[in-house]
Amino acid sequence: MAEIHLKSLAHSYSAKPTGPEDYAIREMDHVWHQGGAYALLGPSGCGKSTLLNIISGLLAPSEGEVLFDNVRVNELSPKDRNIAQVFQFPVIYDSMTVFDNLAFPLRNAKVPEPKVRAKVNEVAEILELHPVLHNKAKNLTADEKQKVSMGRGLVRDDVSAILFDEPLTVIDPHLKWKLRRKLKQIHEQFNITMVYVTHDQLEASTFADKIAVMYGGQIVQFGTPRELFESPNHTFVGFFIGSPGMNLMEVSRCEGGVTFDGYKVALSDELNEHLALIPSDNLKIGIRPEFVHIWDGPTDDAFEARVKHTEDLGTYKIVTFELGGQTLKARMDEDREVPNGRAYVSFPQQWLKLYVDEFLVEEQAR
Amino acid sequence: MIIKTENNKAWWLVLPVFLLVAFSAVIPLMTVVNYSVQDIFDQNNAYFVGVEWYREVLRDPRLHDSLLRQFIYSFSVLAIEIPLGIGVALMMPTQGRMGSLCLILLAIPLLIPWNVVGTIWQIFGRADIGLFGWALNAMGIDYNYASNTADAWATVLLMDVWHWTSLVALLCYSGLRAIPEAFYQAAEIDRASKWAVFRYIQLPRLKSVLVIGILLRFMDSFMIYTEPFVLTGGGPGNSTTFLSQTLTKMAIGQFDLGPAAAFSLIYFLIVLLVSWLFFTTITYMDKAK
Repeated sequence: MAEIHLKSLAHSYSAKPTGPEDYAIREMDHVWHQGGAYALLGPSGCGKSTLLNIISGLLAPSEGEVLFDNVRVNELSPKDRNIAQVFQFPVIYDSMTVFDNLAFPLRNAKVPEPKVRAKVNEVAEILELHPVLHNKAKNLTADEKQKVSMGRGLVRDDVSAILFDEPLTVIDPHLKWKLRRKLKQIHEQFNITMVYVTHDQLEASTFADKIAVMYGGQIVQFGTPRELFESPNHTFVGFFIGSPGMNLMEVSRCEGGVTFDGYKVALSDELNEHLALIPSDNLKIGIRPEFVHIWDGPTDDAFEARVKHTEDLGTYKIVTFELGGQTLKARMDEDREVPNGRAYVSFPQQWLKLYVDEFLVEEQAR
Repeated sequence: MIIKTENNKAWWLVLPVFLLVAFSAVIPLMTVVNYSVQDIFDQNNAYFVGVEWYREVLRDPRLHDSLLRQFIYSFSVLAIEIPLGIGVALMMPTQGRMGSLCLILLAIPLLIPWNVVGTIWQIFGRADIGLFGWALNAMGIDYNYASNTADAWATVLLMDVWHWTSLVALLCYSGLRAIPEAFYQAAEIDRASKWAVFRYIQLPRLKSVLVIGILLRFMDSFMIYTEPFVLTGGGPGNSTTFLSQTLTKMAIGQFDLGPAAAFSLIYFLIVLLVSWLFFTTITYMDKAK
């Protein structure tokens, strides 16, 4: 059990990195607290797996430190870090039975045999591997193999942390949900730090208390699913989290707010004050489709937009509309209609986010 | 209703294969079978003797001795070359120039013809002009492969190890390279010792190349002729006279074609039987639950 601190950590696969683009992990500081259930969410190739391998010790970071309970572990092997990791594709020892596979990490640590038996049976029970416990592991289905892989991580109750590298990729959808619940239960039961890598936001938010969103080798935001949804720190988070993602519009400054394609959007006084101090011209505003307001008719502050199409998703509708040159989306109740291909939309100030150089401009009190 | 047209012309297409198999296998083998059941004095005087030659051959003490020697030799070769080959493969660098250099060095002995290998070791082992023999004697070890049975055996075995361990090592090396990195990572996470990694990851995944390696080395060493013949000529005495040498003496030296033919067939059946035993045992071990 440990608190894992990544201190000024960076990693490059090339021996002599010349610029930031050579880094798989850009310099970061991050703390995974003891006992947390975390998800590391990001698109393929953003450095998730690299980061995971650095934490477990399969990979030595080129810069910075990995601290377990404030002790530097950069030089320690995974064995000495006492860490468990489950890989994307199942790894099983196919000359052994399922039982021996699950017992392997314990026997390697010279755990007494009665305890091995008790522990293996406990984990087999949780993962429902009992019917095949004494079969050769090589004849299992892909699902079962991955359960064995996961089981080997779970039998060790003294580990610093368990790391999961997209462990449910090969699992059937109906089993996925069940196994994720199981992991959550195990987490609650044993209070082990778990870091779960995934590119699926649903998977991340059902498993984790807090999600770290990675993009381009950096953790761009670390927060609860709700925080990621309501105030994305970075345009990438806005776009990546949520279905569909946040509407983002490139804008330029104007008196009292910002403007795009001739449409003027007023900002709060506080944001305007901030904006006056910022030299950059890379400005964007963002609003989630869920927060775009659709009026039944023209109002003072609503823009008239042309509706391109409407998707009916059963319990709600997604309206895609055009405002100037921008294509935006809004969520609408199931029983509402948009007459005549015209929609009157407004952007409530409290949900309107301002991004400078892709990062959120924070407002203090709200 | 199915109309089946019979086209006997199709048989002509199979003919080349028939001829090839006939001339390469069936006819030579049947000639030997033919010799083994007859006593031939000259072209017009051949008498059918049934299994007489087989009976005689099986009772011949010379053959018993060389068969025993042959088994001891083949099993010694396997006992040394298989573990050594695995060991060499495990120690080889996996990439870079050193890796390529090792591959080339290992391949060299495999490219040398048998009688040249025999000659190399015949000279290498001589106490007067051979580096190996001279060095051993200089160290105070009384070594002479031409007069001492133990020395002769040691040299014949060493020569085979030198010549053929590379084959096992190269086979194992390719087998090891085929193991995905994820297995080593998982083993590291599972705190496996080096021995456990070898026992539970590397060895099981080397099984198929080892089956090939064991069969090849068994068959080759069981039929060995040229190298010991060039090195020791079967001596001192008959101490390094292996089966093929006994057979050659019988067939060509004494021109006893009948017994030699019977012997050849028995020899062939032994190789076949032992190879089958190896193969079945190893495949069975794999299937056992």
